[in-house]
Amino acid sequence: MSGTFGNPEIVDVTADILIIGGGMAACGAAYEARRWAPDAKITLVDKAALDRSGAVAMGLSAINTYLGEQKPEDYVRMVSADLMGITRDDLVYDVGRHVDDSVHLFEEWGLPIWKDKGSEDVALKDGGKPVRSGRWQIMINGEGYKTIVAEAAKKALGIDNIIERCFIVKLLLDEKDPNRIAGAVGFSVREHKLFVFKANAILLVAGGAVNCFRPRSVGEGNGRTWYPVWNAGSTYAMAAEVGAELTMMENRFVPARFKDGYGPVGAWFLLFKSQALNGFGENYVTKNAHMLADFAPYDKAAVVPTCLRNHAMLHEMKEGRGPIMMDTPTAMKKLAETMTPKEIKHLEAEAWEDFLDMCIGQAGVWAGMNIRPEVTASELMPTEPYLLGSHSGCCGIWVSGPEDLNSPANWKWGYNRMTTVKGLFTAGDGVGASGHKFSSGSHAEGRIAGKNMVRFVRDNKGYAPALKGDIKAIAEEIYVPVRNYMEHKDKTTAEDVNPNYILPRMLQMRLQKLMDEYVAGVSTYYNTNARLLAQGLHLLTMLKEDSKLMRAKDLHELMRAWENYHRIITAEAHLRHIQFREETRYPGFFYRADFPNLDEANWKCFVNSKIDVATGEWKCFKVPHKDLVEKHYTGQAKH
Amino acid sequence: MPTFVHTDKCDGCKGGQVTACMYICPNNLMKLDTERMKAFNQEPDQCWECQCCVKACPQQAIEVRAYQDVVPMGGQVIPMRTDTTIMWTIKFRDGEVKRFKFPVRTTPVGSIDPYAGKPGVGDLDSNLLFTEAGKTLPTI
Repeated sequence: MSGTFGNPEIVDVTADILIIGGGMAACGAAYEARRWAPDAKITLVDKAALDRSGAVAMGLSAINTYLGEQKPEDYVRMVSADLMGITRDDLVYDVGRHVDDSVHLFEEWGLPIWKDKGSEDVALKDGGKPVRSGRWQIMINGEGYKTIVAEAAKKALGIDNIIERCFIVKLLLDEKDPNRIAGAVGFSVREHKLFVFKANAILLVAGGAVNCFRPRSVGEGNGRTWYPVWNAGSTYAMAAEVGAELTMMENRFVPARFKDGYGPVGAWFLLFKSQALNGFGENYVTKNAHMLADFAPYDKAAVVPTCLRNHAMLHEMKEGRGPIMMDTPTAMKKLAETMTPKEIKHLEAEAWEDFLDMCIGQAGVWAGMNIRPEVTASELMPTEPYLLGSHSGCCGIWVSGPEDLNSPANWKWGYNRMTTVKGLFTAGDGVGASGHKFSSGSHAEGRIAGKNMVRFVRDNKGYAPALKGDIKAIAEEIYVPVRNYMEHKDKTTAEDVNPNYILPRMLQMRLQKLMDEYVAGVSTYYNTNARLLAQGLHLLTMLKEDSKLMRAKDLHELMRAWENYHRIITAEAHLRHIQFREETRYPGFFYRADFPNLDEANWKCFVNSKIDVATGEWKCFKVPHKDLVEKHYTGQAKH
Repeated sequence: MPTFVHTDKCDGCKGGQVTACMYICPNNLMKLDTERMKAFNQEPDQCWECQCCVKACPQQAIEVRAYQDVVPMGGQVIPMRTDTTIMWTIKFRDGEVKRFKFPVRTTPVGSIDPYAGKPGVGDLDSNLLFTEAGKTLPTI
């Protein structure tokens, strides 16, 4: 029996461990936790269908983190340098020492991994040599990557313990213990059911944040975001609202990708050795090396940090020397010099597969524009900003790290990957200050969290969650957009134009406009300053007030309403952190025009923030940074 | 680049409550019009173009057309997926057609036995994952 629209049936579920999300980290956690706790009640709740949910839904053409014979220390150095020196070495090292084990599982489960000649049939774990597209990346036939990883998770957990199409919108604290997680609430986007979960430990792994900023394509192309369009910042927003400490929320990722389709460039740079040039055929990174020296020592990292490469690109664009082009014809011609016709054909297929496995839309752009990479160069463009913690970005939640590393005591106060809220864990995009995990690292980190949740549950065996707040009132709050619609819809002749409510779509566009214009989006070439930020916060505050006036004409729109609420909270965290950090740490991602320089003396530190749950007030503060692995900045190898 | 559904090919998954496309869409976009018993994309500008629904449709009734605010008309990218391989047909605006075939999986679908042959559980308080039993973890 299910309820009716506006009067949902309330379904109570009590679990030892609740996993919120269905992506790589969630699947890793399910796999690991079930093994350690065969009799525990472990429930996974996914907004979509596990086979194709999360950032890997479409597939991937590479696994970007596989160490092989390399040392975790060197992985730590790469991650730190790319993120301009401020990362948690303990968390990154921990991913580095576990990640290969997850990749070996993927291969065993059926993921096709490319091998070098001579070791074609040898598994990676038995010494097979992967085809590397970069120092840390390996190539795969990854169209079915997520379906494979999901199958293992489903089998491990048992299908009865997975609830699909359920969108969790709020975490709930314990009534008696102000800093103890006790449960979560959400609703089915298909049936009139409201789910109330009680749990001893919760893993919050609902991805990063997309569409907080006005995207470059605003019509039908709106959905063709670089990161998954369904990632609504739910991880950051829900954690922040129960008082979990966030970290590095000022960090963002602005990938420079093939224009409009946002197809991957990694294989083009690393595997096909292609160059990106300005409109006049000049290599803008080499040409602008002197500009990058302003951001020493990071310009001398083994690989130029992603934001600095963007910085050089943006300079060319602003000076009127666009378009920026990926010179695919020259690269393919050069590779073909030593190849047979059969090998050249194979090379062409590899180039297309890079898109078809993970960004099919880009293949559509090339087909529609008659672009053939061996003949026509393709335009590159830095995208709208994205907030994430698993790719080349590091915003997220502050967590406790592994206790066996040389880290300061305040980095390992509790269980590995537990947030500052007791019993609330995270992984993947949720863990801040530790980027470059990608798909494999997120799975491995999910497993780390999974095991530690089992430990936590063992140590807190007698815990009986008592939810803070009146569930009926919370259910009413969740259904406010439905009430707004029901009450007012007949007052105008066209239900989409009504002074009594705002459509979730319009609210999202308002958020995107203000973030774009005041918080360093594409229209300002990623520039902002204290005054712009103050005005942005003023407008954001009114937007937050108006979010209570969103309407929902059906469950699908109710999902959009709550996604956009999560986007507002995430955007607010981003804005406040940028406001607090008075320097330009990530040129090419954003500029504090009033503090245009890198300021190592004052800002080589984490910025953390926290909402006071009682008052709703945000507080930002500095947390000292420490390198646990010695860093070297000796420049790039000459080709 | 939103999905669209060919009217003549869609059979509404023969009256099931949840069609294959509805089941799989990661963004909850595909919806069944229960009067016509045909599926449609209810929010085309939120489509990520992942083609999960296209691959899943038993009638091959769904296609993606490039988003018209950006891409010139006439191109097509069509997948045909089995449990082991995927075949892509790419049609350019100027009419040229390219075909590519790639493997998607080396094992039969449904064959994963997640814990078969794996070590049992060891020390819950160590930092080793269960598959790493017996290993010595490096530290700094």
